[in-house]
Order: sequence, then structure tokens, then C-alpha cells
Amino acid sequence: MAARSMRGAIRGAGAAALAGALAVTASACSSPGGGGSGKGGDSAVVGIAYEPETLSPLLGYGKDGNSKIFDGLLTLDARMGLKPALAVALPEVSADRLTYTYKLRQGVKFSDGRPFTAKDVVFTYTTILDPKTNNPSKGELDAVKEVRASGDDTVVFTLKYPYAPFAQRTVLPVVPEHIAGKQDVNTGDFATAPVGTGPYKLVKWSRSEKIAFEANPGYWGGAPKVKKFTMAIIKDDDVRATRLRSGDLDGAILPPNLAEGFAKDQHKKTYAAKTYDYRNVTLPTGNKVTGDTAVRRALDLAVDRAAMVDKILDGAGKPAYGPVPTGSPWFAAGTERPHDLAAAKKILDEAGWKPGSDGIREKDGVRAAFPLWYLSGDKLRQDHALAYASDAKKAGVDITTQAGTWEVIEPRMKEEAVLAGGGSPGDPDFDQYTLLNSSLAGDGFNNMAHYANETVDKALDEGRKSGDTAARRSAYDSIQRELVKNPGYTFLTHIDHLYVVNDRWDGLTTQTEPHDHGLASGPWWNVETWAPKK
Amino acid sequence: MARMAGRRLLFAAPVLLVVTFGVFAVAAASPFDPVKAYAGTAGLTASQHDLDQLRANLGADQGLVSRWWEWLTGALTGDLGDSSVLRRPVADAIGERLGWSVLLAATAFLVAVVLGTALGVLAARRTGGPLDRCVTSAAYTLEAAPAFWLGLLAIWFFAVQLDALPAGGLTDTASTTVSFDQVARHLVLPAAVLGVSQLPWFTLYVRQGVADALEEDPVRGARARGLSERTVLLGHALRSGLLPMLTLVGSRVPELITGALLVETVFSWPGIAAATVQAATSVDFPLLAALTVLATAAVLLGNLLSDLLYGIADPRVGFDG
Repeated sequence: MAARSMRGAIRGAGAAALAGALAVTASACSSPGGGGSGKGGDSAVVGIAYEPETLSPLLGYGKDGNSKIFDGLLTLDARMGLKPALAVALPEVSADRLTYTYKLRQGVKFSDGRPFTAKDVVFTYTTILDPKTNNPSKGELDAVKEVRASGDDTVVFTLKYPYAPFAQRTVLPVVPEHIAGKQDVNTGDFATAPVGTGPYKLVKWSRSEKIAFEANPGYWGGAPKVKKFTMAIIKDDDVRATRLRSGDLDGAILPPNLAEGFAKDQHKKTYAAKTYDYRNVTLPTGNKVTGDTAVRRALDLAVDRAAMVDKILDGAGKPAYGPVPTGSPWFAAGTERPHDLAAAKKILDEAGWKPGSDGIREKDGVRAAFPLWYLSGDKLRQDHALAYASDAKKAGVDITTQAGTWEVIEPRMKEEAVLAGGGSPGDPDFDQYTLLNSSLAGDGFNNMAHYANETVDKALDEGRKSGDTAARRSAYDSIQRELVKNPGYTFLTHIDHLYVVNDRWDGLTTQTEPHDHGLASGPWWNVETWAPKK
Repeated sequence: MARMAGRRLLFAAPVLLVVTFGVFAVAAASPFDPVKAYAGTAGLTASQHDLDQLRANLGADQGLVSRWWEWLTGALTGDLGDSSVLRRPVADAIGERLGWSVLLAATAFLVAVVLGTALGVLAARRTGGPLDRCVTSAAYTLEAAPAFWLGLLAIWFFAVQLDALPAGGLTDTASTTVSFDQVARHLVLPAAVLGVSQLPWFTLYVRQGVADALEEDPVRGARARGLSERTVLLGHALRSGLLPMLTLVGSRVPELITGALLVETVFSWPGIAAATVQAATSVDFPLLAALTVLATAAVLLGNLLSDLLYGIADPRVGFDG
């Protein structure tokens, strides 16, 4: 976080430096170097903004699948559908939905030449679940009771409770026991020099500089045509855009305002990835104002989501009415709430929140005012928070925005509102269970708003345990409709991620992306299937 | 001389002890939570049970003194512990980065000393002359300019406008091997920026020292004896003019370290600077302590070096008793 604000300071100073230099230099010749780098189509260099802490799946790397160096039992295709990877088919699920059986692909080798077997799968899962392993995401495998190998080619998972989205958790990368099993899982060099079965081999990871991969010629899915693939770690947005323009990079993730600058470049294409990445405001039940359902509903209507998408996201996003994006097949049609200030005022009037002399409402001596925290240094959250406060003011609710680090915000979450973000694609259980379940209220960062709603709790359990898609759909529909009646959060926007890439390859697509900007995000999620353009 | 060095080294031990304890105390008092820093985004969805487990695994639930003691006894037996932020042993993490930082700092230091001495002598030759005025005012301006500001300016001019030098990194982005000529090319800008940011102090000290020396009797005597201007300037005046600069050599070490920190960040130089910032904000005790010991040792050695040089250069000074 401090590093973040330091970057901000540096960037500010950079702008000052540029301004000063421009004043001195009379002739500022712009347009540095056009597009079209001289490199062949079999090598690609992309600029990314985030660096992983580790490349070991045992410590959390690639847990959502698609990790270039590794494969999971299953993987997700462009439309986020599950398909087999190291398994030959989707798992067989027992009638009580407590046993998942995977048949493994035969003849797969790790890139060091040793064969992949069921023992590697068992090792991977049991190591992650070991309390001594410092994997902060291990809670995602909470449902697993036991994993065992049955022969060389079959793995059987036994669950503690029926967990419908379990198969989607098995996109987790599998590591070789013969290497990772011989060292300290938390500090061993497997985290910096990993070996897997994936389409690429790690050549070099120069921390805070770049991660370089080369194609794995023996990949079971066929050798990739892009032979060299490099991810340059460039945290500053402006520097990334500059290096993309100078031809140093073939592609990069960019914020909307910088991506705009490449719109007219004929050699480059912009890809907008749809995401589950939402921004919302927690409305804690412990606060006299935000805990009142009338206030929550009024805020839900008073907020102008379309304006936020236009002004804050430059159009690269969608209004959000819940954790499920409007474009998702799980979205309950008809739960969209249009911006309606008059209706918001009416709800507050009827609930007894009367405007005071300064226009701010009051009820039983309580002023309709509360603080809203956002992560300092995060411009996007700040913009959302300010827009939300200004919309609320029009309805007579006074919100004071305040910036702070998580250390400052966390102790206050129970009673004060926070501009939060999150989102994991795929199963509707992933986000909603931890966001809305009353038993998880205040458990770490789960259910930050301390939301408690019996109907929702019941539907969450149904959705999680049922193996029937129709039953699950109706459960998640009822949750979304319940959120209209009693919103625990005000959902604001789902944010598109923008990528600008040289138009030199065929086969570029994007997946639906999570909140977290992992390495796998972006059009290079399937770089192994790109082919150079003729 | 050996006695002085020995005594200083003996004195260094308690200083290092106090400094490391100070680091642990300050880090423990900071509002940052090592567990949250370790977990990152995953921590935002982890259950309290998992976070508590992580806290125990990382040893973050222990008291300040016991953690310090554990680190200290480990360090004395050669085990510097494991860095939580880099997920690997501290010794490895520092080992792979320190070299690049030393290369950057040493090159910059050389630039500053050589260029600073040359400019200082040139300026002192005619104090008040146009060259002196130029050099002096440029030096004062540079003194006020932060290193990262110079860095951004250099990137803008040399990398973006002229496209003459790379904007950052240790090697070309697409390159996977570290070759001498690539590193040399990538070193130019960061080393020049760091060197130039240290330049004013050397220039001004040398200028003052040489100018004063030119006024002193021995030098005037030498001039009167008809020795060439060159001999007078370089042989007599520079020799005594350099004395104050020798003290400066040691005392600039801390500045050089903080300067390198900023310059490395701007140029994505894979030195220990980024690790230092990360270690501090993530309350990564073992890494932070090791880096602090290194920095303190560098400062102490710098001071010792300048005192030794001073003693050698000016026999009247001798080595402290």
C-alpha cells in the first residue's frame, strides 16, 4: 500500500518533471516511433501491471486455472465452460454428490521428462490443505475431506458436504511430487523455478522486471506456435503505454483513458474483457443509518450507475445490481434498478426520514449521515466513492468519504461503510456465499456488511448443495430478488479490463475475468493457441 | 591504523544490535499487518481460521522480543531466516539482488567523484569567473533536485524523445540472457542519474577546498617559485583541497543508499531497493532486519574508510586514539 502511494507520488512528480521539461524545450517533437516491431510472429512480449508473489500453485499461484506452466485436472474455455485438461473427461459424481472421480490423461509428461500420475494430484491437494502450508486461498478447498489415488490413472475426491461448484475448483494446477515434494513448500525454490505439464516452460523470472517463458515442445495439447512469451512487469500505466507505443511491447493492459490513444492505430487492436470485477458499497447492519432497510433501498435507487460507467469508466463497464453481472447466464432478469431519485425520496419520506434544516434527513434524532471508506491511492475507488456520496446527497443522505489503508479500515468495517471490490467468474456460489452468508459475518473480509437474511441464507445453502441446475438457478434468482427488497450492499459497476495488442496473430479472444488481475487474464489467456498472421 | 579499524569494528557490534532491535520494535509498532501483506488479495476472501493459521505459521503471533531473539541467534549461526514477502530464504533473495545494487551504486559513486573533482578544480581555478558561477549555480540547483525527478526527466529525454537509451530494466525486455553489453547499456541512465544527484556535494567541497588551498602560503610560495600553474593546481592545491572531500566520501554513503532506492524504482532496476520497500510495508522482519544490517554496515564502513583515507592523506591527523 505504501508502495502504491509512493508510485502515485512519483507519477505526480513525473508530470511536474514533464511540464518543466516541456517549458524548457521549445520544440517538443512528439510521436515517438510508430507501431510494427521487427520481431517475428513466434515471439510475444506483453506488459502487465501486477507481479505474482510466487509461481508455486501450492502457495496459491494459478488457482483459478490457466497458468501457462501448469495444467489442472479441468480447465475453462473462452466461454467459461469446464472442459477436461489433465483429466480425460469431466468427473463422475456419485449420487449423494460427495464423491468425485477423475480419470487421468495417459502419457502426459512434466517438462523435465518425468511422467504425470495420480500421485502428483494427491500430493498437490493434500499439500495445499496441510495447515503448515502458507496458502491463503486454501479455504476454497474447504469442502474436501479426502483425496486419494486409485491406481495410476484415477483420483477420487471425497467431500465433507455436497458442494455443487466443486468441479470448478479442480482447475487448480497440479505440481510434480518428485520435485516439489523434496523441499520446503513455503520457501523452497520451486516457487521461483517451477516445473509443470503446461504449454510453456519458465525460462527466467527476474523479479519486478519480467517473467520469460518458452514453448514446451512436448506439450500434450500440441506445441505452441508462439515460441517465446515474455511478461514485462511495468507497474506504472503511463510507462506501459509509452513502451507499447515505442514497439518494446506487443501488448499491454491499459486503463480506458490510455487505451483510447491507440484506437486509431491500424496495427493494434483493443480488446475489452468482460469481468465479474465489481465495485460496491458495504452497508453495515451495525450502523443505525445503513442498517435501516429503507435507507438501503433508497440508496440503491438514488445512485446513478449509468453515469458512473460513462464518467468514471469511460464507458468500459456495466451497471451492477449484485455480484452477478447483467450479462451472466445466472443473472435474474428484471432485477435491474433504474436510477430513480423521486422513488428514493419517497421511500425515505415514508420510513420517517424527514429532511432537516440543512436538507439532510433525520429520524428519531439520528442524522442520515455515515462515513464511507475507500482504499487510499486507488483512484477508481475514490471516484466511485465521491460519485456515490454526491448521488446520496441529492436524496438527503450525507456521506463523508474518507481514504485509508486496510489496516485503518478493517476495525471500522462493522459500523462504517467501505467502497469494496471483488468478483470471481464462473459459479455464482463463489462470490455470493462469502458475501451474503450471515454465518460468515465479519469473518475476515467475508460478509463485510454483516448482512443477515434468512431467505438468502437458505437459498445459498440450496444453491451450494443442489446438484440440479434448475434448482440452483431458482435459488440464485431468489437471492437476487431478495437483494432488491433488502440490499446489504449498493452494487455500482462491473468494470471491463482493456488490452491493446499488436494485430500480428490470429486466434485472440478474452475470457470473463475476475477482480484479481492474475497473470492469466487478458487476450494471452490462450497464447498457446495463437498463430502468426500470414 | 589497524588499531583504529579494530576498535571501530568492535564498536560496530553493539550499534548493529541496537539498530536491528530498533527495526523490530518500529515494525512491530507499525499499523501494517504481516499476515494481510502475505495473503494479498486472497486474504480478502480467506476465513478468519485460515488467517489465524497463517499468522501462526509465519510466527507473526509471537512477541517482539522473542522474534528478535530468534532472528538474532539464527543470524549468528548463518541462518538469516525466510523472507515472507519473497517466499524464499533471505540469503538467496539478497544474494541475487545485492550485486546489481552494488554495481549501480559503485558506478554512480565513481561518476560523482571523478566528475565532481574535475568540475570542482575547474571552478576553483578562477573563483567568481563565469565557469565557476555556472558550475556553482548548477550544483545548487541539482542539490535541490530529487533523484527520482532527475530519473523521470532522463527517461523522458533519452529514452522517449531521443530513443537513444533503454528506459528501464536490466536487459532488453524480450531478452532472457544477461549479457555484458546489454547490462552496460541499461546501466548508463540509472548510474548517470544517481551519480549526477550526488555530484553537487563533491563539486562544491572540492571547489571550496582547492580555492582555499590556492590562498594558502605553501601554494603561494610554490607559485612564487615559478612552478607551472598545472603543477600548482594539481600537485599542491588539489592535494590539500581533497582533504575535506575524503570525509565526504564516507558520509555520502547513506545518501547514496536512499538515492539508489528511488533510482531503482524509477528504472525497474532489479536491485534490493524494491525488496526493501516491500519488506518495510509487509513487515517482513527477517528481510528487513538483514537489509538494515547491510545498510548500517555500509555506513559504518564508509565512515571508517573516510577516516582512514584522511589519516593517510594528511599525516598530521593521525588515527584516533
